[in-house]
Amino acid sequence: MGVEQTLGNNVITTTLDKVVNWSRAKSLWPMTFGLACCAIEMMAAGAARFDLDRMGILFRASPRQSDLIIIAGTVTKKMLPVIQVVYEQMPEPKYVIAMGACACSGGVFDTYSVVQGIDEALPVDVYIPGCPPRPEGLMFGLQKLQEKIMKEQNSFGAAIGVGDRVLEA
Amino acid sequence: MSENAAVGKLKAKFASSVLDVAEFRGETTVTVKKEDIVAICSFLKKEVGYNFLTDLCGVDYLGKTPRFMVVYHLYNIGTKERLRLKVPVEESDATVDTVTGVWSTANWHERECWDLMGISFNNHPDLRRILMAEDWEGHPLRKDYPVQGPDRRPYQGRIS
Repeated sequence: MGVEQTLGNNVITTTLDKVVNWSRAKSLWPMTFGLACCAIEMMAAGAARFDLDRMGILFRASPRQSDLIIIAGTVTKKMLPVIQVVYEQMPEPKYVIAMGACACSGGVFDTYSVVQGIDEALPVDVYIPGCPPRPEGLMFGLQKLQEKIMKEQNSFGAAIGVGDRVLEA
Repeated sequence: MSENAAVGKLKAKFASSVLDVAEFRGETTVTVKKEDIVAICSFLKKEVGYNFLTDLCGVDYLGKTPRFMVVYHLYNIGTKERLRLKVPVEESDATVDTVTGVWSTANWHERECWDLMGISFNNHPDLRRILMAEDWEGHPLRKDYPVQGPDRRPYQGRIS
């Protein structure tokens, strides 16, 4: 498809990609970060009943140890610089989930103080609708992100410094 | 209903400053001139015992003159009595003397009032934004502030 890949698409590299993608997808470590009511649903998803740990999803308290940030709640213009700093502190490769109507589009807060969707500032991988979405919704969104990660190409090559990661098939 | 004892003392001491006294459902509201607010507040604290400033906020009566009111909610912790003070403020001279010298909690309340209403307070020790971002322009709780912000087109109705 005209994508310049030094290693190319062959049995060995695609298999290595699959291993790298699998390890990334099955050990998503989200940043502990919530802004509003969605964060309570996110906590519920992490707690005993829904138990994200069984999917390898462990919340980390430091951006340096996280590869996923779940924007859970209303993003205000005063909060946005803080979110951007946290996002920039995360190591690559990193992913963003916009959880709930506010993070996706500003929600009901069509006002001067609220950012009308976090995609104005961060590259969002998965949008989860709902106000707030139930833990099942968040888990479905996380599964969608895992599927997306599994489709990445040249993940192994990018990891050893040969070429770039290709995000879509 | 008998008049609030504090109002009697206030009228005796500051006869020319009390503009209006209103009673509604057991709540007493006294409107006073803004020039004497610091003297009145320190009198109410020291002589009458209103030792706690519960709240200080601004109200925007857009279209009326004077446009703004600054409202002080006082509480006497000992006797559990409350009193509301109101101060009319013109738009052309939207300044009030600070009462941080009387109740130091007024510091943050007055910052909020300036931040959201644009009413500044003379001699305030640290008058800067508290709720909005530091580089924010305008005062969003004013009635003529566009709800969706000055950088966006006015509300046209949701397309849905």
